[in-house]
Amino acid sequence: MSLDKEQVQHIAMLARLNLSDEEYAESVEKLSKIVDFVDQLSAVDTTDVVPMAHPVDAAQRLRPDDVTATNDRDHYQQNAPEVVDGLYLVPKVLE
Amino acid sequence: MSVAWEVVIGLEIHAQLATKSKIFSGSPTAYGADPNTQANLVDLGYPGVLPVLNKEVVRMATLFGLAVSATVARRSVFARKNYFYPDLPKGYQISQLELPIVEHGEMHIIGVDGMEKRIGITRAHLEEDAGKSIHEGLDASSGIDLNRAGTPLLEIVSEPDLRSAKDAVTYMKKIHTIVHYLGISDGNMQEGSFRCDANVSVRPMGQKELGTRAELKNLNSFRYIEKAINIEVERQIDLIEDGGTVVQETRLYDSDKDETRSMRSKEEANDYRYFPDPDLLPVEISNEYIEAIRATMPELPDAKQARFIDEYELKSDDAAILTASRMLADFYEGVVKATDATAQVAANWVIGDLGGALNRDGLGISDSKISSDELAGLVDRIHDDTISGKIAKQVFEAMWDGEGSADDVIESKGLKQITDSGAIELVVDKVIADNLGQVAEYKAGKDKLIGFFVGKVMQETKGQANPGQVNQMLRDKLK
Amino acid sequence: MDMHRQTLTELCAGLDKGDFTSVELTQTLLDRVAAQDEKLNAFITVTSTEALAAAASADKARAAGNIGALNGLPIVHKDIFCTEGIKTTCGSKMLDNFISPYNATVVQKMADAGAVILGKSNMDEFAMGSSNETSFFGPVRNPWNLECSPGGSSGGSAASVAARLAPAATGTDTGGSIRQPAALTGTVGLKPTYGRVSRYGMIAFASSLDQAGMITRSAEDAARMLGVMAGFDERDSTSIDQAVPDYLAGIGESIKGLRVGVVRQHSDEGLEERTGARAKDAIAVLESMGATTVEVDLPNIDLSVPTYYVVAPAECSSNLSRFDGVRFGHRAENAEDLLDLYCRSRGEGFGDEVKRRIMTGAYVLSAGYYDAYYIKAQQVRQLIADDFKKAFADVDLIAGPTAPSPAFKLGDKVDDPIQMYLNDIYTIGANLAGLPAMSVPCGFVDDMPVGLHLVGPHFGEEMLLRCGHQYQQETDWHIACPEAFK
Repeated sequence: MSLDKEQVQHIAMLARLNLSDEEYAESVEKLSKIVDFVDQLSAVDTTDVVPMAHPVDAAQRLRPDDVTATNDRDHYQQNAPEVVDGLYLVPKVLE
Repeated sequence: MSVAWEVVIGLEIHAQLATKSKIFSGSPTAYGADPNTQANLVDLGYPGVLPVLNKEVVRMATLFGLAVSATVARRSVFARKNYFYPDLPKGYQISQLELPIVEHGEMHIIGVDGMEKRIGITRAHLEEDAGKSIHEGLDASSGIDLNRAGTPLLEIVSEPDLRSAKDAVTYMKKIHTIVHYLGISDGNMQEGSFRCDANVSVRPMGQKELGTRAELKNLNSFRYIEKAINIEVERQIDLIEDGGTVVQETRLYDSDKDETRSMRSKEEANDYRYFPDPDLLPVEISNEYIEAIRATMPELPDAKQARFIDEYELKSDDAAILTASRMLADFYEGVVKATDATAQVAANWVIGDLGGALNRDGLGISDSKISSDELAGLVDRIHDDTISGKIAKQVFEAMWDGEGSADDVIESKGLKQITDSGAIELVVDKVIADNLGQVAEYKAGKDKLIGFFVGKVMQETKGQANPGQVNQMLRDKLK
Repeated sequence: MDMHRQTLTELCAGLDKGDFTSVELTQTLLDRVAAQDEKLNAFITVTSTEALAAAASADKARAAGNIGALNGLPIVHKDIFCTEGIKTTCGSKMLDNFISPYNATVVQKMADAGAVILGKSNMDEFAMGSSNETSFFGPVRNPWNLECSPGGSSGGSAASVAARLAPAATGTDTGGSIRQPAALTGTVGLKPTYGRVSRYGMIAFASSLDQAGMITRSAEDAARMLGVMAGFDERDSTSIDQAVPDYLAGIGESIKGLRVGVVRQHSDEGLEERTGARAKDAIAVLESMGATTVEVDLPNIDLSVPTYYVVAPAECSSNLSRFDGVRFGHRAENAEDLLDLYCRSRGEGFGDEVKRRIMTGAYVLSAGYYDAYYIKAQQVRQLIADDFKKAFADVDLIAGPTAPSPAFKLGDKVDDPIQMYLNDIYTIGANLAGLPAMSVPCGFVDDMPVGLHLVGPHFGEEMLLRCGHQYQQETDWHIACPEAFK
């Protein structure tokens, strides 16, 4: 196994995913397989190869600084699980 | 044995860019709207939406880069900074990491010791602001307002070149002045449009390597920055001198208790997993573009101050005050251009009476109740002897209260200086006739009494007689 | 002929001639969906009311002479496209209750062209899967054999077209998600050049790989659809501002002299023999029509799957962070605190494969592994893209099998992620390099359809469509219909 439970727990925390014990066991096994599989890339000589971030070679287009949006809060908040006075609610955020 | 400590400070300043719309969406950026009424689908991070970069932020960052003698990157890249926080709707912030738009700039300040210092500007990068969490009035919950989410920020990162809290403030004030001069940020600190984090460490004087730093978060007034840094420096020195070690961490300044405290909650193993944002392509800037932006560069504060001293022969303190803001400098130059009086007289009025009135009413120069042309009109009436300097103050107050132009006030209140010698002579003769005792004393050699007679005449004329003329006439008559 | 058996092109002509109205056509297909979809599970949502209303207004527009390119033609949207006022689930429990407040650009363009939406098709959760088994709404079944997978992730779209429930459907393709299900269901699937079709409103899986396309019964139908879907969109920074050609105009031309590349390095390991043979037969047909074949080198192509399984999870781990139970989507009940809200909302809302990919992505981007995995993969991606570029100096397109085997039984590969991932071995390269690619039916293996995969250079859609159409003039594999759905 190239990953252990502790590493998987760390990754799950980074990704904010709650996993059951069974899911942990399965994740350790399957993620290890995936990591082993992609590890074959390490054998490739990539000296001086520029990493490719986009399939198209183009520059960012720029948008004029115009306000085009109008308030549509009530519509957007129809999907929100908990809203009070236009605010999205979450359990208390501690600073 | 006590060691001399050297303080090392680097600042990360966040300046909100004064665009009409957000950095990646067409939502307005105005401050103070109802919660979530200025957050569209892009700002809310709705499934399927995509960012498109606002042209204006590229111009503003370029202008800033040129103003601080930095390199403006021909190619810069937006990256995602991944972390979960309720005010960060997408679960990542679009920022710049490896290839920021501005790098290797510098700025010169006059330090507390009076010496000029070079402060390196490591980089300035574009990013989106987060929303706000609201706690008041909600029991076990926090409310999330995403109006601010997606507002463009320029994060200006200095080298650890600052050596005192005062210098840090001087540097930050200068950046504040510059962004304001460039018109790229309103710099409003109460509204959070201009705020900073400070990286603070101490080391024994002479030591090369830097001490462990603490990051002070969210300092949003010049006064707090100085206080927070000083408190933190004191804390670190005390800690080390007591045998402890400084831990690298984020600390929050509590202005009520005047202390800094650890923000452990924000610390927990942050691993931001930056990577280039696949929704945005590299920003490419041509040399022609940079030159076109350079051509629009306004005169910057240092250059303006030097020119004011040179061109208007101002005292350097006055020049510094007048160039502290571009609008004040423009106002002043408006007065100078419109008046026949000397530039120094104009400066005295702008700094003295106008400055006093603004201060008293808590207004900025843009809210001045008297325009530069109107002030020039007042200064001109002193210059051409229509009114005396003393009457002018009275006229100024009336103008401030909205009673019209200088000429209107002088006319309506009948404040025009009396220069008709026949009219003055009548009053002089009356004063002499009424005060024969003093006349005798004067004639006996008590010269100082001339002031008494002038005062009497001025009193009779309600201050409107030309004092020089009165003085001369009295001396002639009392010979 | 029965309406449901006609292609999009034939239906278009039927509407033009007044053989039937859009309302009649739409009602016929809705009835078919109602009767047949229980067997397939191809639909997550059927939008009968909206469809009939749209059909009525299309008929009205036609009467008034306003005839859009897809006027009155019923189609299905993969449930990854946001549709205003209609549930958009992306195959996930996370979005089971999500009503999109806006239309994806693709959806809007098709609506503007007069298309009628029959419903939203089932798919692998967040398009992560090659068998449609990761859908929260259950697997889709292959119309050719209900025990088999239709492939994925656009399995619902492919199954609905193959079963004649709809003449055409939209799909998205990140590593083969249009082409592999097209191959496995005997339909045509086209993934256009990256940037050709707007991604706005298409729920992102891996932003640098995702591309919208379509599943149809013929290349000609695909050309008709692409003409409407393609084009610059100012709301998508990666959309390319290039004129949209008339894709139907050139498809009738001969492919004489077309240089067809065959990849020397495609390993036969894992390739089911007869599936490979069908592709070779198809290439022989192209040769008989005047094309020439040339062997080309793609020396790094075998690395495309591991490269993909770094890049795609990395991007998805970040793209799916927005699902946090705060503004939309599933929210865990009675959260103790903020962390609990996040972890449980996401833990409950996402399925196993999605969680696995998010975690893989978080891992390859995390401190200490970023260079070894993410940067390395982006470098290998560059090598693969360069290989294609070199190959296209010598050939007009590259041909081979779409998938290594015909449709597999549901449940067969679900426990082994690597085996599942290798399904996309022939298709992933085009996504990494941003190239257009198409699958056309080219025969059967044990009564199950297989596909011929054609990859073109950037913006080579016209040539792919012409080649596919010409091939379909010589063959009738695409006419074949599963017995149970005739």
